[in-house]
Amino acid sequence: MLLVELRIHGRGGQGSVAMAEMIAGAAFAEGKFAQAFPYLGGGGERRGAPVQAYARISDSPIKLREKIEEPDLVIVQDPTIMEMVDVLSGLKKDGVILFNSESTIELSREDVRAFFVPASRIAIETIGRPIMNTALIGALARITGLVSVDAVAEAIREKFPGEIAEKNVLAVRKAYEQVGGVE
Amino acid sequence: MPGKKIFISGDEAVAEAVRMARPHVISAYPITPQTVTVERISDFVEDGSLKSEYLHVESEHSAMSAAIGAAAVGARTFTATSSQGLLYMAETLPYASGARFPIVMMNANRTVATPWALLSDHRDSLSQLDSGWMQVYCEDAQEAFDMILQAYRIAEDPRVMSPVMVNLDGFILTHTYEMVDLPDQEEVDAFLPPYRTENRMDLEEPRTVCYASLDEYMEFHMKQEFDMRKARAVIAEVDRDFGIRFGRQYGGLLEKYRCEDADAVIFTLGSVTGTVRSVIDSMRGNGYRVGLVKMRFVRPFPEDEVVDIAEKVKAIGVLDRDLSIGYEGIVFSNVSSSVLRACSAPAMVNYIGGLGGRNISKDNIQEMFLELLRAADGEKGKRVRFVNVGSEYDG
Repeated sequence: MLLVELRIHGRGGQGSVAMAEMIAGAAFAEGKFAQAFPYLGGGGERRGAPVQAYARISDSPIKLREKIEEPDLVIVQDPTIMEMVDVLSGLKKDGVILFNSESTIELSREDVRAFFVPASRIAIETIGRPIMNTALIGALARITGLVSVDAVAEAIREKFPGEIAEKNVLAVRKAYEQVGGVE
Repeated sequence: MPGKKIFISGDEAVAEAVRMARPHVISAYPITPQTVTVERISDFVEDGSLKSEYLHVESEHSAMSAAIGAAAVGARTFTATSSQGLLYMAETLPYASGARFPIVMMNANRTVATPWALLSDHRDSLSQLDSGWMQVYCEDAQEAFDMILQAYRIAEDPRVMSPVMVNLDGFILTHTYEMVDLPDQEEVDAFLPPYRTENRMDLEEPRTVCYASLDEYMEFHMKQEFDMRKARAVIAEVDRDFGIRFGRQYGGLLEKYRCEDADAVIFTLGSVTGTVRSVIDSMRGNGYRVGLVKMRFVRPFPEDEVVDIAEKVKAIGVLDRDLSIGYEGIVFSNVSSSVLRACSAPAMVNYIGGLGGRNISKDNIQEMFLELLRAADGEKGKRVRFVNVGSEYDG
C-alpha cells in the first residue's frame, strides 16, 4: 500500500495550507486518495509566524487522523524559519526535503535527500509576487513523481481564476525544469 | 445538479449538505472553526443557489433564538456554532427542544476556555447532553455531509420532533480536505421531502408555543423522553433508507467494527475512530482480538446495544475527548451505567485524551489495547488514564 506523508513549513501568509490542499487536490484528480490539513497543534496561525501544513496521499482510503510526526517529504518555503523550527524533525531516513533556495543549505543530517529550487525568483518572474508555493509544487512533481504537472495545473485552475491560475501553472512548469539535483 | 465526487473540507461539506437540504431560514454567527461553513452558506444564498433567508445575527444566543422563531412558524432551519458560542447559546437549547422544533445545528467541536484554545475536544457539546437535543458525532467529511441530510429526516419525523446537533471535530474534520461524494439534488429531494408540521403558530388556528405550565410539566417532559426513545428506531430506519438510496450506511446509533470475537474493544466518538480502525487492522494481523465501538449518537443513548456488547467482551475502554472535572469522562459515565445492566461484568478503563487538540497517535491506541487485553486476563489497573501526557501526570 502506498502512503506518503508530507509536511510543509512556511510563514503565515505564504500559502502553506493552500499548497497542501493543491498537492492533495492534484493527487485526488489523478484518482488517488488524499487528505490535506493545517497544523493541528496551536491554532495561533497568523501572518509571519511559522506555520505547518500537512498532506497524506495513498492508493487506498485514508482513515488515519493522527498528526504526521514522521513525514516522508518535507517542503521548506522559507529557510529563515530554520532558526526557530527544526524542519528535519521526524523526517524518515532517505526522506526528501525540498528547499526554496538559490543555493544549497548545509544540513545536520546526511541520511536524507535535499533538493533546492529558487522558487521565490521563479514566482517573481512568472506571477510577479514572491508567492512561491506553486513553484515548489512543480519541483516536488519533478523530484518525487508523486503528482503530475498536468494534475497540479488542474488543481490550481480549480482554486484560482483565469490569468492568475495560468501564471501559477507557468511557475509550476519552470520550477519543474529548474530544480537542482534531479538525475 | 448532477452527483459528483469533489475535494473539499469538512466545513464545506456541511455547507453543501445544507444547500441540498433547502432550509427556509439560516441564522448564524461565525466562530472558528465553524466559520467556513457559514461563509459558504451565505455565498450560496448570495449567488441564488440556495433560496433561503440568511440572518446575520449579533450572537449565538440570537442565532438560536432566531432559529426558534422561524421554526415556530413552521420553517426548516439551520444554524452552526462551536465551543464558547455553543455555551453562550445554551440558555436557548431547551427552549428549542421543549417546543419540539426540529432545528438542525452543526457544532464544530472545540475546547472551552480557560485556557483559551481553538483546537478540538468534546467538552463543548457534551456539556449540553441534558438539553433535550439529539447528538451525533461524525468520523469524516462524508459522514458529516450525510448526517446533515439524515438529521433533518430524523428531527422532522412526527414520531420524534426534536432538534439534532451534528458534531464535527474542529480542524481535524472541519479544516481537512478530502473526497466527498455529492448526490444528485433530485435524489436528496426524494429522501428529504419539504417540511410540513402542525406544530407552528398559525393565524387561522391560533396557538402558543413555549408556553407556561405547572400542571402538566412532568407529563410534558415525560412525553419528550418517550418520543426520544422512539427516535432510536427512527434513526436506524432513516440510516437504512439512506443506505438504500445513496449506498452509504453508518449503523444507526452505533457501529461495531471487528467486534465478533473481540476480547477488548474501545469506544470512540468522532474523528479518532479512523485512527483506531487502522490500529485494529494491524493488530488483528498479529492475532490480537480487538475491536471498535464507534458511538455515533450519545442522545438518544444506545443502551441496548451497549448491554449487548458488554455481554460479549472481557474488557471495554472508553476514549473520552472530554473530562467531567471531579469525576471521569462523560461518555465513560454513560457507557458504564448501561454496562451495569449486562449479565457479565467486563473490565472498564476510561482513557481521557485529545483535550485541547492533543494528538492521539496510533501508538497511544495500541498501548490502550494492550492494557485492555491484560485487563481482560484479570490484571487490575487504574480506572481513569490520561493519554499522551508525561508519565508523571498519568494519575
